[in-house]
Amino acid sequence: MYIIVVGGGKVGYYLTKTLLVEGHEVLLIERDRQKVEVFSERLGSVVLAGDGAEASTLSAAGAQRADVVIAVTGEDEDNLVVCQMSKVKFHVPRAIARVNNPRNELLFQRLGIDVTVSQTEHILKLIEQKIPEKSFVHLLNLRHDELTIVEAHVSGDSKVANKRVSEVEFPVHCVIAAIIRGPDPVMALPSTEILPGDELIIVTHAAEEEMLQAMLSQ
Amino acid sequence: MNVVVMGSGRVGARVATILDQHGHRVCVVDTNPDSFRRLGDSFGGDTLIGTGIDEDVLRRAGIEDADVFIAVTNGDNRNIMAAQVARTVFEIGHVILRIYDPVREDTYRRLGLHTVCPTTTISAMIIDQINDFLPAYEEI
Repeated sequence: MYIIVVGGGKVGYYLTKTLLVEGHEVLLIERDRQKVEVFSERLGSVVLAGDGAEASTLSAAGAQRADVVIAVTGEDEDNLVVCQMSKVKFHVPRAIARVNNPRNELLFQRLGIDVTVSQTEHILKLIEQKIPEKSFVHLLNLRHDELTIVEAHVSGDSKVANKRVSEVEFPVHCVIAAIIRGPDPVMALPSTEILPGDELIIVTHAAEEEMLQAMLSQ
Repeated sequence: MNVVVMGSGRVGARVATILDQHGHRVCVVDTNPDSFRRLGDSFGGDTLIGTGIDEDVLRRAGIEDADVFIAVTNGDNRNIMAAQVARTVFEIGHVILRIYDPVREDTYRRLGLHTVCPTTTISAMIIDQINDFLPAYEEI
């Protein structure tokens, strides 16, 4: 795949490095010429000096034949315009934008950006996972947010505790992917008994997440 | 008419002042409070410190009741993003923005935004003036 990365901050630099190791053809666009020199020394001739929002730079980068453009500068407005220019003017099939203000995620999606990545949101979710007293944690969104993976802690007085999986009436589109018991994952067979202290890893329709949370938090 | 102007530079402040004199309700938004001095003492509208790409700032500037939104900061991308927030999120019918880069201006005009590109406009005016006092210019 040919991937253009715009923005040579820490994210852009390490992203470029990783994508190169994975065997992709990558070009990193960065405005600051000093950074371009340093990155060229480290990564080889895969760095282009220029403004990624400018059509001439994108054209010089060969955006016409790019499979993906990833905009990861520290400014949301720049990431938005880089992605829109790539899509509208160069017909790049997939544009990915880093979103610094998590509230812009939805807006960017409405404005035609294929994928948005919000670091702030990710870090918040990671922190949530590490807070032990939280009994129900949203882990991950799958497939354009229609499916989600959640983790639920089973307390002693939970109404699912000491019941077999087949005896619990979960919402229709919930699948227990695994039960974490102590250090080990356990298969969730219909006959498996759910014990206090278990962590249930559940794949669910996003629409049923709240229902599931209400049920498991009781 | 209610107008929100983002960017209190020479152009933003001038547009805001003129609209204010014509009796319109104007709110000017800029990240730099010093820039509001360009509005002059007689300016009767509101000012708000903040960036127009933030929905909350726009809301506080009264965008929900605005008839017109004008984005004239120095940053093309900031104007482009703010204009799209105004159009898409707040459904403002009249959104006008400045884009210095002619290529970007052309792209977003085709996407239906009301753009003004000083680079092409001023270049054309200068060429016209040269043509006026140098009639032979075109033949060279």
